[in-house]
Amino acid sequence: MTTPTYLTDSLLSQAHTDLRRHTELYGARPPGDGSLVDAVVRSGLRGHGGAAFPTGAKMRAISDRASVLIANGAEGEPLSSKDRVLLERSVHLILDGIAATASALRCRDCYLYVPQDAVAGVRAAIDERRRRGWDTTHIQVVASASGFVSGEKSAVISAIEGGPPLPRDKKNSAAVSGVRGRPTLVLNVETFAHIALIERWGPRWFRSRGTSSEPGTMLVTYSGDVRRAGVVEVPFGSSVEEMLARDAGIDLRSVRAVLLGGFHGTWAGRDALLGRAMSRESLADIGVRPGAGIVHVLGVGSCGLAATAEFVRYLAEESAGQCGPCLNGLPRLADAFSRLSTGQNVEVAIGEIERYTRLVDGRGACHHPDGTARLIRSAMSVFAADVHLHRLGSCEIHRGGLR
Amino acid sequence: MTIERREDDVLHIDWTRCDGRGVCTELLPATLTRDEWGYPLARRPGNDLLLHGTDTERAQDAVRLCPRMALRIK
Repeated sequence: MTTPTYLTDSLLSQAHTDLRRHTELYGARPPGDGSLVDAVVRSGLRGHGGAAFPTGAKMRAISDRASVLIANGAEGEPLSSKDRVLLERSVHLILDGIAATASALRCRDCYLYVPQDAVAGVRAAIDERRRRGWDTTHIQVVASASGFVSGEKSAVISAIEGGPPLPRDKKNSAAVSGVRGRPTLVLNVETFAHIALIERWGPRWFRSRGTSSEPGTMLVTYSGDVRRAGVVEVPFGSSVEEMLARDAGIDLRSVRAVLLGGFHGTWAGRDALLGRAMSRESLADIGVRPGAGIVHVLGVGSCGLAATAEFVRYLAEESAGQCGPCLNGLPRLADAFSRLSTGQNVEVAIGEIERYTRLVDGRGACHHPDGTARLIRSAMSVFAADVHLHRLGSCEIHRGGLR
Repeated sequence: MTIERREDDVLHIDWTRCDGRGVCTELLPATLTRDEWGYPLARRPGNDLLLHGTDTERAQDAVRLCPRMALRIK
């Protein structure tokens, strides 16, 4: 574990929309020489939207034919605020990454998809870059819709085409047929910020942080029962215990469980986190992925089933309502989980949770039902002891019983 | 355990179009049943709707006859 670093080479600058300050901190962009894609491949950078797909491979999959580039900053996940913070604090780094990628892929149609309240700031930054001759990349800023599923790739593509910001059935991958049938590269805004630094300082610099199999850093959003909530840049492979102590101000002993990956993510109990690091490799055998860097802490004084019940209710309300199994199944899951958490007809509720989890999983145009099923399965397994106590009409947290 | 993967066609459901009219479940009773809301449900575990042998032919009818045009064969 390295000491906490707040170097000028980190993503979270204090430059905000100040282009001069940005240039002082990071220097000018090197002249593009077409080697960017190779550099990104060699850097080992993976996407920061959650799926962690290798970015270089994604760039290589885009052919030269009239491609479209989308920087996705919609961040529909309520437990994540890293994209919003990055847009506020380092918007020029994101724009540098877009410019570099657009030039390397010879792509003339670039879109930046961000929440409505970020649009004005981003547009002002783009105008200033053009005015000063720093960057002539034509970027269209599109306001993202609110809602959990609005940041899903096919929903973003639909919104950019002027359609409803809802997930669509996928006939082809976006790399083949995205915006108006053209090859489309969709990357998270944080991914573009990393690309901007790789362009300047190269893959070797990038690989100097993190681990050899998972190089680089990630933005992590801490929330829940923490002393300090917020966004911190963390090298891959950092000890989870040290991250919680240093960044969130909380001792692992006062943690009951941590939800990693957000509402579509996975719970990990305190004991399972001992000695674990923030990397896919270290978390794989407890069924957890670092995802988009969401670390939501459940303190020892909180009931995991009650917390999950709230999340499942939220997810049910956030169904786009397009696909029958999700539209019908998620509210039933929310009801059953609510009964489990409050100790009403627990046996029946558990049966329903198992049945409806199976019934919704994989049966939608997007992963909203699958992600909900993942959250529920991990809660039933990590909080198995609580499920047992709720069955008996009591709860470790609620002490005196549930009723 | 290894799972034998043959070159079977897969029936794909566009869930954003499907509203559970049930034509496909009637034409492909060996592959599909209906869930409690009437939407097509794989009979075998998993959600890949593999079509075996003669099912492929009937599946083409299902694709053609689906009133919501929600099916295709991959």
